[in-house]
Amino acid sequence: MSASSSRGVAHPDGPVTAALAPTDPVRLLPRPSVTAYPDHLDHYGPRPVGTAALIDEVEAAGLRGRGGAGFPTATKLRAVAARSRTPVVVANGTEGEPASAKDKVLLQAAPHLVLDGIDLVAEVLGAGETFLCVDRNWPDVANAVERARDERGAGRRGRRLQVVDAPDRYVAGEESALVHWLNGGEAKPTFVPPRPFERGVRGRPTFLSNVETYAQLGLIARYGAAWYRALGTTAAPGTTLLTVTGAVAHPGVCEAPGGSSLASVLAAAGGATAGVQAVLVGGYFGTWIPGRAVDQVGLDPVSLSGFGASLGCGVVAVLPDHVCPLIEVARVARWLASQNAGQCGPCMYGLPAVADALEAAVSGRPVSVGQVGGLVSLVKGRGACKHPDGMARFVESSLRVFNEHVVAHQRQGPCVAHRPLLPVPETGGWR
Amino acid sequence: MSRKLVVNPITCVGHGICAELLPERITLDPWGYPIIDPTPITPRLEAHAKRAVAACPTLALLWREAEAGVPR
Repeated sequence: MSASSSRGVAHPDGPVTAALAPTDPVRLLPRPSVTAYPDHLDHYGPRPVGTAALIDEVEAAGLRGRGGAGFPTATKLRAVAARSRTPVVVANGTEGEPASAKDKVLLQAAPHLVLDGIDLVAEVLGAGETFLCVDRNWPDVANAVERARDERGAGRRGRRLQVVDAPDRYVAGEESALVHWLNGGEAKPTFVPPRPFERGVRGRPTFLSNVETYAQLGLIARYGAAWYRALGTTAAPGTTLLTVTGAVAHPGVCEAPGGSSLASVLAAAGGATAGVQAVLVGGYFGTWIPGRAVDQVGLDPVSLSGFGASLGCGVVAVLPDHVCPLIEVARVARWLASQNAGQCGPCMYGLPAVADALEAAVSGRPVSVGQVGGLVSLVKGRGACKHPDGMARFVESSLRVFNEHVVAHQRQGPCVAHRPLLPVPETGGWR
Repeated sequence: MSRKLVVNPITCVGHGICAELLPERITLDPWGYPIIDPTPITPRLEAHAKRAVAACPTLALLWREAEAGVPR
């Protein structure tokens, strides 16, 4: 396993673990960081006790999960609340998305807000065990969280939050994979149903969500849905954490009101350092926005859906003009192929075949966009989890936006290799 | 109550027997794994589908309610 120092989190130029300059407003990422519990209580005020009414408030706030899938949080809470057995609560801070750093930044900058959210959900659901899963390559994150937990005293009914460092494989953060690992297995997805809300950790109904979701819950419980919606848009209420990376002056994590324009987000990161060829929105399961469209895009579901995109895990990666997009796409595709769990045939054989075809396109061999697209459609919907679908989405978007590059490579030969832009970290085992 | 077939892609190792027994709904991809047509199984195909399910050596072929909808 690679040491934390050698693992580029968000940019080969240097790991991005710092938050950007404070944006207006500041909800989740106060400046300076609020890490001590008394300071946290000073800053945010006392935390109310979680009751069933919080679910209605969360619904009114329109909170959606912040791990990428964007599932309505209130619906998930109700699904777990409706089960009869004592549930388990899991906060997912594994952040296996190579270009993303927002969860690591949040857990270090405002750990108590996340812990508040976990306590609230545990109270609302009458949960027993609670877990917080972090990236094992970042001991600083685990330390910050454990320090915060120990500061808060004994815990509910004498049960302490369990901070665990999950495997760093890309699909290990998928909810059924994380549950399987917490149950003592490998961090690989399982065949669903049963889904974690039905039968999860120790066979119990399990509420599992991204750590940012919990932090937002900590705010909504204190200040209410109307306050939450005072920022953002109807379709993208509140604020959201974004990791801005690639060809920008100051790569890092920022908090932006929902529905912010893409241009304003790039400006918050100091602006692009070169002409913008395209922007990858949503991480490695995401979608490319062509450079010419950057000024027309807002980071809300409506605007993004016009480009077949969604905000996903909140990664915004700028591809500059001078970089060959095919080389970047093929590198990421090869990495995604390497991250399959080796369980489902179409994923095991199909993803490397897609990566092969993209590499052939990079070297200018006669590969048509249609051929690659045919392979991609062959893997969609055929895995136990959505890993093949996510890669399909990324590759289809790449073929759409960089179509003419495939043709150009065949006519003029491959581009000169450049320094890699998008990170493809080494990963360890499944335990 | 209409039913369809689904495959558990984790337990499936691509024997391909299902595609032999139920070509009306199941074809094989280039790597030998089944691609299943989600169209409900008609009464005419019911017996063939049952044979395909029973013949799977890894018990990977499963019946599902055609309109089954679960959150997420």
